Amino acid sequence: MLELVTQEAKQPFRKRVEELQAVTIRFAGDSGDGMQLAGTQFSISSAIFGNDISTLPDYPAEIRAPAGSLGGVSGFQINFSANPVHTPGDRVNALIAMNPAALKTNLPDVEPGGLVVVNSDAFTKSDLAKAGYTDNPLEDEALNARYRLVKVPLSRMNAEALAGSGLTAKIVDRCKNFFALGLVYWLYDRPLEPTLRWIEEKFAKKPEIADANIRSLKAGYSFGETTDAFAVSYRVAKAKIAPGRYRTITGNEATALGLVTAAKKSGRTLFYGTYPITPASEILHQLSRYKNFGVLTFQAEDEIAGITSAIGAAFGGAMGVTGTSGPGMALKTEAIGLAVMTELPLIIINVQRGGPSTGLPTKTEQADLLQAVVGRNGECPVPVLAAQSPTDCFWTAIEAWQIATRFMTPVIVLSDGYIANGAEPWRIPTEAEIPAIEVPTPQAVPNEQFYPYARNADLARPWALPGTPGLEHRIGGLEKQNITGAVCYEAQNHDKMVRLRAQKVANVAKVIPPVEVSGPPSGDLLVIGWGGTYGAITAACQEVRARGRQVSNLHLRHLNPFPANLGEVLARFKRILVPELNLGQLLLLLRGHFQVNAIGFSKVQGKPFLMSEIEAEILRLLDGE
Amino acid sequence: MSTIPSIPLDVLKPADFASDQDVRWCPGCGDYSILAQIKKVLPKLGIPRENFVFVSGIGCSSRFPYYLNTYGFHSIHGRAPGIATGLKIARPELSVWVITGDGDGLSIGGNHLIHAIRRNLDINIILFNNRIYGLTKGQFSPTSELGKMTKSSPFGTIDNPIRPLTVALGVEASFVARSLDVDPTHLAATLERAARHKGTSFVEVYQDCNVFNHGAYDYAADKSTRPDNVLYLEHGKPMIFGKNRDKGLRLNGLRLEVVQLGNGITEDDLLFHDEAAPDGTLAYLLSQMRYPEFPEPMGVLRCVDKPRYEALAHEQIAQAKAKAGEGKLDDLYGEGDVWTVN
Ligand code: SF4
Repeated sequence: MLELVTQEAKQPFRKRVEELQAVTIRFAGDSGDGMQLAGTQFSISSAIFGNDISTLPDYPAEIRAPAGSLGGVSGFQINFSANPVHTPGDRVNALIAMNPAALKTNLPDVEPGGLVVVNSDAFTKSDLAKAGYTDNPLEDEALNARYRLVKVPLSRMNAEALAGSGLTAKIVDRCKNFFALGLVYWLYDRPLEPTLRWIEEKFAKKPEIADANIRSLKAGYSFGETTDAFAVSYRVAKAKIAPGRYRTITGNEATALGLVTAAKKSGRTLFYGTYPITPASEILHQLSRYKNFGVLTFQAEDEIAGITSAIGAAFGGAMGVTGTSGPGMALKTEAIGLAVMTELPLIIINVQRGGPSTGLPTKTEQADLLQAVVGRNGECPVPVLAAQSPTDCFWTAIEAWQIATRFMTPVIVLSDGYIANGAEPWRIPTEAEIPAIEVPTPQAVPNEQFYPYARNADLARPWALPGTPGLEHRIGGLEKQNITGAVCYEAQNHDKMVRLRAQKVANVAKVIPPVEVSGPPSGDLLVIGWGGTYGAITAACQEVRARGRQVSNLHLRHLNPFPANLGEVLARFKRILVPELNLGQLLLLLRGHFQVNAIGFSKVQGKPFLMSEIEAEILRLLDGE
Repeated sequence: MSTIPSIPLDVLKPADFASDQDVRWCPGCGDYSILAQIKKVLPKLGIPRENFVFVSGIGCSSRFPYYLNTYGFHSIHGRAPGIATGLKIARPELSVWVITGDGDGLSIGGNHLIHAIRRNLDINIILFNNRIYGLTKGQFSPTSELGKMTKSSPFGTIDNPIRPLTVALGVEASFVARSLDVDPTHLAATLERAARHKGTSFVEVYQDCNVFNHGAYDYAADKSTRPDNVLYLEHGKPMIFGKNRDKGLRLNGLRLEVVQLGNGITEDDLLFHDEAAPDGTLAYLLSQMRYPEFPEPMGVLRCVDKPRYEALAHEQIAQAKAKAGEGKLDDLYGEGDVWTVN
């Protein structure tokens, strides 16, 4: 298909430019090929250009899976659009595959007729064998007929572009992701400047590497300009986005920023006690940089010490937070019970991944909902919030701290691998627009006995801090006597305390906003979701409504307690569809709480919903199949 | 609302540390003595009462915080060091104590114990070692001697016991000591030294479980046999013991041996205790001595100065603030590539 054309041989010529509304591209290659970096750079450049974007990084659990193997393929998908974007895109319009394994694992997601750019240099006998190809797929007629296949001798051209750089062949080869990125920048008419700036900053201390990466990037771009392998380039117009200052942000970054904000707004020191775990570790990495904000990060010896240290810090008056993923959540369970019993404010973040057990560490799932809501010994109620998108993680973290301090309770925040690693543009708030969080610190009142378990109107007990004269008291995991907090095994008292703790958490419903329905306020079908499925469900319902069909949807942020008006809203619909990345956990809660005729729609493949999957299910129900 | 002033430090008495709770240990339990000595030591430390926090796990010993009128946290099994660590990092000015037992600290909580010690936070860890599970009514513990018959080991245990002091030294504790419940003067002095040490102090207290393991330490507790079975360590002094102070410890190659003084062996041939030795080899050898082959050491095995975790953590923050200034949220939000939509 492609004859190697060097830049000298041909003068740039004007090519056709096609206008598109939205494009989904995916970079895929070996773990060592720098695909995450290329994808991130493309996302940022697209966002800066003015598109709305959504991203889906997909990387293997193994740090160094055997090179060239199917298990070692790392991918990064970006949906960029002239319109508001809710998901990283269902079908890939253009795939950049750096080796045979990447081609093989990603081709099924490419739309028929889609563009497939391959690094033909990587299709060697041995790499073909590692990917399980007996014949070279690039010569496969059927494949060539089905896709627009462009074979680019990318390794070689990159090496030529860097001839004379004095760098080793290995380092030169590492730059080829920038060559690929440059080519794709040309293909979609993206600006180079943001990436050039990034390279210069990143490699400020290694100018020769910076220089090589820049040369590769530019060579890739001019290759696109000059080659006749691409007759067309594409343009995706700027989206209409609310005015403001923007940046891209991942869910984990947003969580970290939300925590720092909540600490500052409440005048408390942020203490983050945790143990490294995929996909939550970035929160720790991020927070450990914020020393000049007074943030204390503690990398504990295990998950249990992660949460117990946060509980200890909370006892001392700090904003105690721990973060983890499913297996770590299991280990923290007993300590969550302690925080419930001692009624201390605490935030527990669970960035969900595929389970059970070690499961799928780098893949997304929503199967820890019941664990969060009910998965503890005893009657152990905990408010549970779920973030719905990367940027929403910021606001969810702040709200969790408001609830934790107002009601003196641990709060569980559910995120997931998809929104934690995925990025989207974030309208940057100002510190001034975020309200302060009032957290009183009690002092002793002369001639008045202090009771650590006396309660206010919300049923919250006082947060009395060590170091305060006259308020010395003891707390612990044993049942408390109402009001005095002394150890008490008495039957009626236990009954009373269990109910008080339950009522206190139920009281949270009084301060959370009512749910709002998108689409008709009543009717035949309501689609209800929670957490990271927000984008796919919203897009699917919008699509169905755009076709003139009736469907409503609502998305839950508060999973325990449910918003006060939820039952009333559900009753307005004949049928309720509950899409979840589990086997029906919200479904069980809705049926149990509201005795509604809800129907589950499950997917547990370690991947988010495609918009089209939900759309098809809605249409299937509407058409009465 | 007005603030209650702390009780002036010079008038704090042991009674000011008594809480209103009835003490629920079995009559004759060694825990009573430890409680009494701690109440005696606290007023001497020049720390306001409201700045003490006692954190415990689960077990008989872990009821301890309820019996003191300070701040207290009776937590979950084995996890007191984690809670104390978070508290001390967040509030370095507090005097934080961990009360634990052989089961709580060395079995279910072993991991937390060693990591707290290696970090060398300025906390005091007091391990009540009664070599049995008391609260669950008499199963063997990780310090029970091999072959011990208990409810859960009717044919004798087949577990090798753990040596608490050796464990602490293995993670390079900066302060390691041992005392005995029925030796109140020594116990109070040891606890006071532990409290004054800057860094993690680890104190093992031989404690009699009157109900399930009574007499486990008779060889050391009984005044008539104590001098022959216990070696009181004194910094800079030769290691002499025995009713007639006629026995001593000597180094033979890499091993300790007990020698009879006289017949050409003088004090100068004996080991001299050096609790401040930069490396822990001597302390380690002492921690390995076990009755009946050896007298068991009492007192301070090791006391050295080492950087403290919470101090380093706050130093990093101070340095970052000095270098970059107090963090501003607006700067943080705007990190990285920012663009404006009009
Ligand atoms: S069971 Fe043993 S250790 Fe526990 S209180 Fe009774 S005597 Fe003391």
